[in-house]
Amino acid sequence: MKLLYFAWVRERIGKAEETLDPPAGVATVAELIGWLSTRGEEYAYAFERPKVIRTAIDRSHVRADAPIAGAREIAFFPPMTGG
Amino acid sequence: MTMPVTIRLQAEDFDVAAESAKLTRGRTDIGALVSFVGICRGGEGGDAIEALTLEHYPGMADEEIARHVDEAISRWPLLGVTVIHRFGRITPGENIVLVLTASAHRAAAFAAGEFLMDYLKTSAPFWKQEEGARGSSWVAAKDEDDSAAARWTRR
Repeated sequence: MKLLYFAWVRERIGKAEETLDPPAGVATVAELIGWLSTRGEEYAYAFERPKVIRTAIDRSHVRADAPIAGAREIAFFPPMTGG
Repeated sequence: MTMPVTIRLQAEDFDVAAESAKLTRGRTDIGALVSFVGICRGGEGGDAIEALTLEHYPGMADEEIARHVDEAISRWPLLGVTVIHRFGRITPGENIVLVLTASAHRAAAFAAGEFLMDYLKTSAPFWKQEEGARGSSWVAAKDEDDSAAARWTRR
């Protein structure tokens, strides 16, 4: 699946997007964040406060307990500050 | 009855008078047009900024704004809506966002405009980074923006 990162999540991870296939057993957004955090210091830093991170699956906001099965594009970002 | 909706994300500035005229031209059913323009503040002293850079999630940002415009249309008797949000580098005094809501009477136009701004702040995927004398920093989200949006939640 395609992962997108925005704002300071993007800066901390050091890339704007990548394609990854999480292992079986990673079923929810929270579990995906947990798995990403183990991929290196930059991910651990980006996701150090998982409650702050907002997530969108296929361009719609979702909660941390949302299932990721079938997702094509998952985006992680800080709380929004537009307007 | 036509219901013109314009949603644009763009780097360039917008012309409030021209956008307002586009919405009302040739219409005799519109009795109220409310416009909100968000403008980049310069700050003062240690908080002074040189510019804002707005990052956005292309694809999702316009879809998310469209979802809230659809909700506004279902909740209030609107006759036209325009939302323009800029991205990229914006300096103090420049426009950031425009929301125009047209209706037969002012109550619906005011309420829908406020509703749209509250949701733009908290759920449209945009992020502001400030450039100041001490370098760049991401603007933190405000709790008061979340409570402003929460008051519109339907029970």
